[in-house]
Amino acid sequence: MKMEPISTGGAAVSSIAFSVLTALLEARTGQQLASYRSWRVDTALKPLIRERGLDTLDQLVAQLLDGNDAAIGDRIVDALVNQETSFFRDGPIFDQALEVLAACERRRPRVWSAGCSTGQEPLSLAMAIADRSAGGLPPVDIIATDVSDAAIQRAKSGKFTQFEVQRGLPIRQLMKWFDGGDASEWFAKPELVRMIQWRRHNLVAEAALSGGFDLILCRNVMLYLSPATRVAVYAGLAKALKPGGVLVLGAGETVIGQSDALEPSRRWRGFYERVA
Amino acid sequence: MKTCLVVDDSKVIRKVARHILETLQFEVREACDGREALEACQAATPDVVLLDWNMPVMNGMDFLRALRESGMTQKPKVVFCTTENGMGHIRAAIEAGADEYVMKPFDRDTLESKLQIVGLV
Ligand SMILES: C[S@@+](CC[C@H](N)C(=O)[O-])C[C@H]1O[C@@H](n2cnc3c(N)ncnc32)[C@H](O)[C@@H]1O
Ligand SMILES: [Mg+2]
Repeated sequence: MKMEPISTGGAAVSSIAFSVLTALLEARTGQQLASYRSWRVDTALKPLIRERGLDTLDQLVAQLLDGNDAAIGDRIVDALVNQETSFFRDGPIFDQALEVLAACERRRPRVWSAGCSTGQEPLSLAMAIADRSAGGLPPVDIIATDVSDAAIQRAKSGKFTQFEVQRGLPIRQLMKWFDGGDASEWFAKPELVRMIQWRRHNLVAEAALSGGFDLILCRNVMLYLSPATRVAVYAGLAKALKPGGVLVLGAGETVIGQSDALEPSRRWRGFYERVA
Repeated sequence: MKTCLVVDDSKVIRKVARHILETLQFEVREACDGREALEACQAATPDVVLLDWNMPVMNGMDFLRALRESGMTQKPKVVFCTTENGMGHIRAAIEAGADEYVMKPFDRDTLESKLQIVGLV
């Protein structure tokens, strides 16, 4: 069979390999590889190719198609998905999220961080909540999910590199909530990590969590999905909110034109509310 | 334009920091030890001092103490920037009055993030 090479900005990847990877990623996460503008498939997968003792991407795809190794699909998806995140990303939204929680009538507000990557987002929220309430950790239930098991495992471990703890995290928060620093490794304190329930969950392939959430953060996840998939995921998120519950998206993301059940909030600037 | 005084005995570090800070729209000045830095601050207070710990003549901690005692009315923000990366050193620096702390090696994201935290970016 003749494989036509297509350019991905670096080495050539055969079009068959590329279609297999596109299909894998879309089936697992709803994400479209084609929509990554300057995405370099081979660069992202090079470490995995090397780790497996292989030379080319086509060989990796052949291993995937073999079906003998169940883990390889996960590993490929993890490498292809953008997991970029940082502590207190878009800082002011955390202040406003606290106001939303403070205004909750429920004694124990429920929060869902959907697409939490390696945990910086829910950990930031947990630190902010704990700092706001004097005298111990407050009763807020936080559930954090991601499609990537590797990301969830990392988040649960609470382990961060020196580089990661220096992005967005004020030094006083590091002093208060982290241990370590030896060998450039930092550990979020167990009581902080335990404020959060960590779970693998796929927003596209699984039903949304139920539980009438007061607040959902789903930031910088939707932008990689196809328009049709987005509509379906927004519908699920709306259902997961209690009536009047609040959805927070990433900077530059919007539900407008994609959901009848969610509307820009009048009360919380830049946030959305469940209206139906 | 905001000004940053880069204090480090390593010429290479000063150069790297200068380059990053200039892309962040800072006007950059340099000093190679605490004494020089103190003089520079007294001549014209910068918005922020990026401060190495280990330096000859006057180290970063001694500079910080001298700055706090100097009676200057307008004081710069102080961001430590050092290879002393343990919690003990961090605590000592913050207790001595530093505003933020960068652990070397740093990159553009780190510096930008820390300067954002002290309100300068
Ligand atoms: C760019 S990160 C954003 C992390 C964090 N929310 C933030 O804003 O900093 C996107 C995350 O969404 C996750 N993700 C992608 N598709 C997903 C899906 N279908 N279900 C759940 N999570 C998904 C990825 O694994 C990745 O960790
Ligand atoms: Mg030095």
